[in-house]
Amino acid sequence: MNTVLSDAEIEEIRHEMALYEDPQAATIEALNVVQNHRGWVSDEALAAAAEVIGVTPTQMEAVATFYNLIFRHPVGRHVIMICDSISCYLTGYEEMRDHLKSSLGIDFGQTTPDNRFTLLPICCLGNCGNGPAMRVGNDYHGNLTPETIDKILADYA
Amino acid sequence: MEKVLTQNINDQREPKWLSDYEAAGGYRALKTVVNDYQPTEVGECVKKAGLRGRGGAGFPTGVKWSFMPRFEDKPDERPAHIYMVVNADEMEPGTFKDRLLMEGDPHQLVEAVAIASYAIGADIAYIFLRGEYTESRWKLEKAIAEAEEAGYLGDHVLDSNFSLTMYVHMSAGRYICGEESALLSALEGRRAVPRHKPPFPAASGLFGQPTTVNNVETVCNVPHIINNGPEWYQSLGLNKDGGTKLYGASGHVANPGLVELPIGTPIRELLDHFGGIRNGRALKALLPGGGSTPILTPDHLDTPMDYEGVGAAGSRLGTGTMVVFDEQTPIVGVLKNLEHFYAQESCGWCTPCRDGLPWVERILTNLEAGQGRPGDIELLDMHTKLLGPGKTFCAHAPGAMGPLESGLKYFRDELSALIPDNGDTLAFHEPANAESHQATTQT
Repeated sequence: MNTVLSDAEIEEIRHEMALYEDPQAATIEALNVVQNHRGWVSDEALAAAAEVIGVTPTQMEAVATFYNLIFRHPVGRHVIMICDSISCYLTGYEEMRDHLKSSLGIDFGQTTPDNRFTLLPICCLGNCGNGPAMRVGNDYHGNLTPETIDKILADYA
Repeated sequence: MEKVLTQNINDQREPKWLSDYEAAGGYRALKTVVNDYQPTEVGECVKKAGLRGRGGAGFPTGVKWSFMPRFEDKPDERPAHIYMVVNADEMEPGTFKDRLLMEGDPHQLVEAVAIASYAIGADIAYIFLRGEYTESRWKLEKAIAEAEEAGYLGDHVLDSNFSLTMYVHMSAGRYICGEESALLSALEGRRAVPRHKPPFPAASGLFGQPTTVNNVETVCNVPHIINNGPEWYQSLGLNKDGGTKLYGASGHVANPGLVELPIGTPIRELLDHFGGIRNGRALKALLPGGGSTPILTPDHLDTPMDYEGVGAAGSRLGTGTMVVFDEQTPIVGVLKNLEHFYAQESCGWCTPCRDGLPWVERILTNLEAGQGRPGDIELLDMHTKLLGPGKTFCAHAPGAMGPLESGLKYFRDELSALIPDNGDTLAFHEPANAESHQATTQT
C-alpha cells in the first residue's frame, strides 16, 4: 500500500493515467504532480509514484533525470529560471545572471539560506521579443534590468 | 494586409472564449467539414492550398496527411486508436510564435486540431506542450472544456459519426522533444530519444498506432483554408508558397516582436516592421528562422522569407523567427551561445552528437577567451562534416552545425584572428569559462 503520497497526489496521477492507452505515458505528469505538491521529487516520492503508474523506480528515474524541469533536490519557495539562449544573450543575459548571483549570494543550482529562491539557468523561455527574460515560479518577466530584477524579487516573500 | 492567424489576437493576449469566438466565425469550418466533406477531401483541399509545415522542416501538410492509412471502407481493420499530435514544444532559441497563437486564440487551435483529426481519421488528439508554457496550458484546457460542452469535441461531434477526445500533454523541458519521433517517445512517458525512420509515424507512431504530428502554426491555418478556399490561401503568399506567416524578430532590432505578413516578404521589409537595427547601428548578420538556421548577412536582405527563397540563400526558413545581430556583436560569442545550447540539449543517444557538441562548445569557449590553438578552425570545420546531415541519428547535431558552418563561411577571418600567434598545439586546455548547466539541481 502506498503510504508516501497523499490521496490527492494519487488521485491526480490516476486521472492522468486514464488519458492514455498505456499508463506509462503519465510518467512525466506524475512527476509534475509530485513536484507541484512537494516542490521537488525525493527518492521516496519517485518510487511511490512509480508504484502508482506501474513502472519500476528505475524507469521513473530514467525519465526524471532526463527532463529539465523535474527537480531531484530540494528547491526554495520560488525557482528563478533565467533564459540563457541567444536572444536573451544578445540583450544582456550575462549582466542579469551576474546581478542575480551577486544580489542573491548564490550560484546556479543553489538556494538562498532563507530558502526563498533557487537560481537555475534555462534555455529559451519563448519570450525572445522581451529579452533578457526570466521566470519566477510560473510568472514571466521580460526586458530585465538590474533595477527591475530587484523590484520583481521584492514581490516574492 | 489581411490578418489570418492573428485576426482574433490583441496585444494583451486576452482570448475570445467560446461565444465570442463563434461570433467571429469560429467553428464554422469544423461544421463545414463534418457535414459536407469526406475526410480525404479535407486533405486534398489543404494540399491544393500549398500549406507547408511551419515548425521548421516545411513538409507539405496535405501530403503528410495522405500518408495515413484509411479505414473508411474496412472498419474491422481499424486499429484501436488513430492519433493526431500537435507539436507545441517550442524550444528553438529565438522562436516564440506558437505561444502567441495558444495564449491569444486557443479556440483557433482547438478547432484546427479537430479538423485535422477528422481529415486523418483520428479519434484522440494530444497537444504536446512544453513545460514552461503554463499560461498556454490553462487557456487550452479551458477552450477544450468549452468546446466539449458545445459539442465540438467528444462523441459524435455536431451529431456526425466523427468522435474526438482532445488532451493537453504537459512536458517537462528538453529541446529534443520537438523532434517528431522523440516527441512520441516523450508522450509515451519515456526519455525523449528519437526513433529510427522508417517506420514513419503514419504507419507506427504513438503507442505503435497511425499518428500525424503537426506544428501549432501549421495546423492553425487549416480552418481558414476551409472557410475561404485553397485558391484564396494560395493568393495570400507573395511567391510560390501559400498563406501568411507569423514572422518574429529578436536580438538587436529596435522593436522586437511578432508580425503576420504574406509568406515571402523580403527580409529587408521585415526588418523595417521591427524598426530596423537598434541604436542606429548596422546589421552584421541574422539567423532567419531560429537557432538552427544557417546565418545570413546583409548581402541577403532582399531574400524573400519563404522556403525556396531562404533555401536559395543557403539557409532555411525554419520557424520564420529571426535573431538579429548588430555590427558590434562578436561572432564567436553568438556561436558559443548556440553551441552551448545544442551541447546541453543533446539527448545523448548517439555518440557524434553527445561527444562532438561539447567539443565544439569547448573550442569556441577557448577562442572567445583568447586561448585558441592553431588547428582550432580546422577542428570546427571537421565537426561541421562529422556532425552534418546523415552522420547522426536525428537532425539535432546537423541543426547545431547550421550556424557554425555558415559562421565559418562568412566570418572565418574574425574567428581565426582569435588564435594567439604563440598557440601551443600540444598543451591541453581546460575551458576558460566553465559555466555549465550541470550546476543545476537535476543530477
